[in-house]
Amino acid sequence: MDLTLGLLTGILFGFLLQKGRVLRFEKQIGFLRLIDMTIIKFMLSAIIVGSIGLYMLVDLGMISLSIKSTVLGAQIIGGLIFGIGWAILGYCPGTAAGALGEGRVHAVWGLLGMLLGASLYAEAYSGMKDNLLKWGDLGKITLPGVLQVNHWVVISVFAALGIAFFIWCEKKKL
Amino acid sequence: MQTDGGWNPYFAGILVGILAVVSVLVTTQLLGKGQYLGASTTFVRAAGLAEQKVAPERVAQNEYFQKEKVKIDWQMMLVFGIFLGAFGASLTDKSYKKETVPPMWSGRFGTSPWCRALGAFVGGVIAMFGARMAGGCPSGHGMSGLMQLSVSGFIALGCFLIGGIIVARLIYGGREYPWI
Repeated sequence: MDLTLGLLTGILFGFLLQKGRVLRFEKQIGFLRLIDMTIIKFMLSAIIVGSIGLYMLVDLGMISLSIKSTVLGAQIIGGLIFGIGWAILGYCPGTAAGALGEGRVHAVWGLLGMLLGASLYAEAYSGMKDNLLKWGDLGKITLPGVLQVNHWVVISVFAALGIAFFIWCEKKKL
Repeated sequence: MQTDGGWNPYFAGILVGILAVVSVLVTTQLLGKGQYLGASTTFVRAAGLAEQKVAPERVAQNEYFQKEKVKIDWQMMLVFGIFLGAFGASLTDKSYKKETVPPMWSGRFGTSPWCRALGAFVGGVIAMFGARMAGGCPSGHGMSGLMQLSVSGFIALGCFLIGGIIVARLIYGGREYPWI
């Protein structure tokens, strides 16, 4: 059952990624070069709608959140390393799989590299888990929790900023 | 501006947001545990499955493989589904195109598919090592994390962008930004 649901969700996700044209190398690198905002328009739209939907369901008691712990050392250093690889490869993990699906066969080298990267990380994990991966461990915190405001305040501000950014992008034809 | 038959990115993004919410609701109802969109843990599990073929004891003893559990799961099927869905979508509007070197890459590094293969492979190794250290990728941290207003998502996505923007500028050079 969980495998079938995962596959169905993935097919829909991949379909939308492809239709939104965010799987292209030129869109990914175009964004990192700050000359094409397609992928950030796509991501931010998804995030704004998703945050409204998820917090509505949380308020109704129908789902629970799955927050990842904030660990400054891990997320800052790991995040910067990821960014370096992303700019060289031109895809992130999900979009590499999608890009291969729409015929960008060179993405397969990226996927193979990612398997090796995951394997190397598994080897390195024991050496990092008690130091680097614990630096600045702040636990499972959210923005509304840190700011001590209701989550709808944060969502409203976030959505307003996002829409202002979209209007700016369209004005500048990005 | 889409001129190749693609959908408006805002529209496609909104549908992904709805998909993410529906997926959490349905998996909570049917599986008892909400599944959030993500991709990078799959590569750990897939690497573990591959390594099991050659060195099963080594995988069994590895702390990280024990932590992430080496098995085919919801997320691995999701990633496989992304591949299938993108393939299907590209057939519906004839945008499927076999490409061995992306045009922007060849403008910088030439048209050799082997040079591109090496770049993609090295980039993939670095990206996945970083994603696992950060605990997620632009799907898990970026989209799912931000949707939940998780501080970890904002920090990770911010660092993905800082690293990526700096390196993209180093590789492809500075240029006149169209918005200045």
